[in-house]
Amino acid sequence: MKAIEVQGLTKRFGSLTAVEDVSFDVEVGEVLGLLGPNGSGKTTTIRMLVGLSRPSEGDARILGFDLSSGIAEAKRRIGVVPDSSNLYDELSARDNLLFMAKLYGVPKGVRDERTEELLRAFGLYDRRNDRFGTFSRGMKRSLTIAAALVHDPKLLFLDEPTVGLDVVAARSLRDLISDLHHRGLTIILTTHYLEEADRLCDRIVILVKGRVVAVDTPGGLKRSAEEGSVIEASFRGAASDHSADLSARLPGSKVVVLDGMRLKILGGDPTRVLEELVGFSRSHDLGLEAVNSMKPTLEDAFVRITGLSPAVMAKEKGGR
Amino acid sequence: MVRDDLRCIYEIAAKDMRTYYLKPPAISWGIVFPVAWTLAFYLRSPGDFEELVPGLIAMTILFSTTAAEAVVINFEMRLGSLERLLLAPVSIGGVLLGKVLGGFLFGLLMTAAVTAGTVLAIGLRPDLTILIPVAVLSLLVFSSMGALFSVGFKEVFEAQTFLNLPRFLMVFLCGVVYPISAMPAPLQSISQLLPLTYTVEGLRGAFSAAPSSPLLDSIVLAGFFVLFIFPAMRLLRKRFE
Repeated sequence: MKAIEVQGLTKRFGSLTAVEDVSFDVEVGEVLGLLGPNGSGKTTTIRMLVGLSRPSEGDARILGFDLSSGIAEAKRRIGVVPDSSNLYDELSARDNLLFMAKLYGVPKGVRDERTEELLRAFGLYDRRNDRFGTFSRGMKRSLTIAAALVHDPKLLFLDEPTVGLDVVAARSLRDLISDLHHRGLTIILTTHYLEEADRLCDRIVILVKGRVVAVDTPGGLKRSAEEGSVIEASFRGAASDHSADLSARLPGSKVVVLDGMRLKILGGDPTRVLEELVGFSRSHDLGLEAVNSMKPTLEDAFVRITGLSPAVMAKEKGGR
Repeated sequence: MVRDDLRCIYEIAAKDMRTYYLKPPAISWGIVFPVAWTLAFYLRSPGDFEELVPGLIAMTILFSTTAAEAVVINFEMRLGSLERLLLAPVSIGGVLLGKVLGGFLFGLLMTAAVTAGTVLAIGLRPDLTILIPVAVLSLLVFSSMGALFSVGFKEVFEAQTFLNLPRFLMVFLCGVVYPISAMPAPLQSISQLLPLTYTVEGLRGAFSAAPSSPLLDSIVLAGFFVLFIFPAMRLLRKRFE
């Protein structure tokens, strides 16, 4: 049995189609990443799969239960971490977990033990009696994940788990997700952080404008980008101001601005790319400093597949 | 599913009692306001205080149930915590009924305290077979009315502000302080459309030997409950679509 089978899922809001004909499967024990920029339909897809929103068309089976008729049974077995940490500010960490355990019908005898175990596992035991409202962002996120695990789910949905966290908190949360994966939990992770998806996911579904544009392993996606060259060029001058000119010179390639003085060129014949880079540098007096041939990253694969700049994704959610 | 819903309804109500209702703002709106209002009328005419008791209880029911009910759903919706409740194995109707039950239980506590206090202080002997059903149905009606306003508005202050209109209209038009029979005919007609009229009428029946129709009052109140709760459920479902 597959953990999730999604078939032709579509969601329309009036004339706007947020998710269109989305289909994919998730194996038991797998970490599947839903990757895409804001508005790509990641959260809408998750909302349908966890029963918060009804699909306009299509259906899905969650742990063997039909979304249309068995969502109540499925809900007992899934944990959901929404994109915001929305536990109760007025309740303590412990009371928040106990309340969630009661909602899911965790037996009284198990409730206290499970709550204590999770508080310890997430490093929050010493703050168990403090109000959720007094916690830092990272601690709030950790407790929100703990709350999703309180009823021992078989499937965990994580919607943008590291958004808004500092580097240290985000890293520790990623370690925690890896740990949950190694314990056999099936995880659906939505993220717009490409490196996060690369590190955590067994397979990735790339969504753009509500449609699935690619489903593969991170390695497979990277290999697909290897068909063309990946060349990074550094200049002494502000090359980014003239990137449109370089794009015009290399019609078969994609020019990505890394920063003011560094550009990445994806695809195209390497010899031609080098020739054009030299010409481009001379014509704008940019002082070409270095040219490196790179192995494609997941980011390169994403750019090739979607045609979008990864910087757009980072900007949209204030990413790191 | 029904068992899940019943469990969640109880847990949501118990949590709301702790986090919202048993707090000074809710208690002050629920009990201080009706008592202060009644005291003002008592000081003006101390001899008629017995007459004011049904109105005092009716106002306590109205203000205690709607005090926090009118904002809790809206507030949790903005925080996203209402959505978290819906991730649990509970229906949207179950979540709403949990919220309504919270308002109901708080109103019941306040109403029981005010009723017991006045009855013991004045030495009244109300007919409990009328008082209890009328009070319970009224608590349900006004708790669900608060829920409807809470779901119907996006901002917390909007819900609270717009709820004040029917609340104060009812205080003046439903026989709480002025007898309906003494009002001009058009206002009498309006009062028949307001649920507090039937609460006051039913409570007057419980506190006096005068002829009353508690069954009719109860049926009308039950009708108002249905009239408020189903649109509230529908609106809440729509907010999540």
